[in-house]
Amino acid sequence: MTIGSTLIERFYRSLYLIRRTEEEIVKIYPTDKIKSPVHLSIGQEFVSVGVIEALRCDDIVFGTYRGHAMYLAKTGNLRKMISELYGKITGCSKGKGGSMHLVDVDKGVMGTSAIVGTTIPLSVGYALGLKYKKSDSVVVSFFGDGAVDEGVFHESMNFAALKKLPILFVCENNKYAIHSYHINRHDSDNICERVKHYGMQVERIEDGDIFKIYNFTKNVIDSLRERDLGPVFLECVTCRWKEHVGPNDDFHLGYRDKEEVEWWKANDQLNKIRMMADDKTAKLIESVVEHEIADAFNFAEENTVYNEKEIYEDLFKE
Amino acid sequence: MERILSYPEAIREATEQEMLRDSSVVIFGQGVDDPKRILGTTKGLLERFGSERVFDTPLSEDGITGVAIGAALAGLRPINTHIRMDFMLLAMNQIINMAAKMRYMFGGVYRVPIVIRALIGKSWGQGAQHSQSIYPLFMNIPGLKIFVPSTPYDAKGCMITSIRDDNPVIFIEHRLLYYQKGYVPEKSYSVPFGKARILDKGKDVTLVGISQMVIECLRAKKYLQEVNIDAEVIDMVSLSPLDIDTVKNSVMKTEKLIIVDNAWTVCGAGSEIITRLIEMDVKMQVRRMGFAFVPCPTAPALEQHFYPDAKKIAMNAFNMLNPNKKEWQPNLELSIEEIEFKGPF
Ligand SMILES: Cc1ncc(C[n+]2csc(CCOP(=O)(O)OP(=O)(O)O)c2C)c(N)n1
Ligand SMILES: [Mg+2]
Repeated sequence: MTIGSTLIERFYRSLYLIRRTEEEIVKIYPTDKIKSPVHLSIGQEFVSVGVIEALRCDDIVFGTYRGHAMYLAKTGNLRKMISELYGKITGCSKGKGGSMHLVDVDKGVMGTSAIVGTTIPLSVGYALGLKYKKSDSVVVSFFGDGAVDEGVFHESMNFAALKKLPILFVCENNKYAIHSYHINRHDSDNICERVKHYGMQVERIEDGDIFKIYNFTKNVIDSLRERDLGPVFLECVTCRWKEHVGPNDDFHLGYRDKEEVEWWKANDQLNKIRMMADDKTAKLIESVVEHEIADAFNFAEENTVYNEKEIYEDLFKE
Repeated sequence: MERILSYPEAIREATEQEMLRDSSVVIFGQGVDDPKRILGTTKGLLERFGSERVFDTPLSEDGITGVAIGAALAGLRPINTHIRMDFMLLAMNQIINMAAKMRYMFGGVYRVPIVIRALIGKSWGQGAQHSQSIYPLFMNIPGLKIFVPSTPYDAKGCMITSIRDDNPVIFIEHRLLYYQKGYVPEKSYSVPFGKARILDKGKDVTLVGISQMVIECLRAKKYLQEVNIDAEVIDMVSLSPLDIDTVKNSVMKTEKLIIVDNAWTVCGAGSEIITRLIEMDVKMQVRRMGFAFVPCPTAPALEQHFYPDAKKIAMNAFNMLNPNKKEWQPNLELSIEEIEFKGPF
């Protein structure tokens, strides 16, 4: 039996991989082996998975410091990611970037940034390059609701619409920027309402349904490949279960209600897909993924020695 | 008994006292009113002064800096916070093209009393975009004043001076300094711009530290006692304007100077201080220390080569004084607590 042949299986494999990997990060974090701030995607994985399963391997994604889900959904390269978190030379950025700076050029992950909003214009520029080269790949640009506050977001929307670029913007609206509630930062709740005036198709998916996200993306990407549609904007309402940065819960801080998160936990897409999947297949996926996770952490734990000179490598292309 | 406060408590107290004294003082920035309150530095302010004077902002550094400048033109005294200095890079246009220029460019008709608070990050793999310390960029700009206090005493006094000053002030706080505790009087007092502070006297070598590197210099002084080297430690406190005289007087005595920047050394505070001393024909041996000239890597194995530290400073000083002896390494292991600076002044 080959796993990953049906959509449900693909969803399950990817969602399970991301969730379980981050749960392992949570477990290991108190040991200080991971000397890197971690912004976990737990609870939000379905956005990355729903979108990325609708892409081709040669499509391009840009994202943020909350990038584990996007990275794993697009590359599946667990060894390189965990090694990066451990600060090992075997990591995807040679241990120079850490959790916030994941990259895999071959698989179309263009490098995540820790400065809010910074990858949005880069993704627009990449789409400009693809259009110029008459490539039929498309770009997907992931960012949070906080990025919408930045001037560069608006400049990028305007330019992408002006040039009718082959790009899908995906706003993961978890309603908070650190502890700041979106309604305290914006005059209105609906981001799409504002963005559509830049001149692009917009869609808001409020209930976290991974199938809706997948189907919308699939349709849009097909049209984007035909070039003339111009940019499209997808707002996915979602919820971060853990604290903004770090492995813990944060209900003790009192800035949000537990009920808010409980609704999303009850609506967990990972559980939903598990129920829809054939039990035997799901178990097989689980055992394969567990093995991969154990392997990746073992790999990262191995002692790799840096040459002291490595600190000066990679500043310029020689 | 001496009144001991931590560095963030000192900043908080200064802000609160100034807000009480002057109703035109307002504070805004990302997180000022959130549960963590900028690592405690804005604790209690919202409750005391209300959301008109203490408020969160959207993630719009460029725009909000302009808003602060505009509000200052209208008579307010805004304090704008950045939880990391790296985020200030988005506001460079407003800071440099507007705040620093408004008064001069319009023939002195304006005053622009804004305080921009900027925190520097370090360690735990914060990496290239969360650990920058870009004060040299600001030192290069006429029209900006810059404070880099390292002790709780100075944190409070410099904050009060910054708020009362009628010009744009960049107030730089290193996150590791937040662990410092020391004497802080309850009364209001101000610490002047352009005045360095001799934190510990010595005769053999002058160690000048910037921001958190002051603490490393104080630790280096302890290491050096092992080899009978008596170091004088100077905290610059203010980077613009610079107090060259205090450094000069020390170096005239020691004839040896090590400046430890909490930044890249190229065109840094060290470069500027040394150049001014040379222009004054001060005879001395000098060394600059600072970050390795690359972005900050996250891997601990690399990060340890990125930053100067007390041992490296002590070894450098030893080598300067004993060029013909073989390298020496301090044996002593100092714990962080030992170098908390207690004052009083
Ligand atoms: C330009 C900039 N300003 C501020 C920050 C500090 N910061 C880091 S993450 C974050 C919240 C961003 O929220 P959002 O875009 O909604 O993403 P989320 O963390 O919710 O995934 C903030 C304010 C930053 N990294 N960059
Ligand atoms: Mg958010």
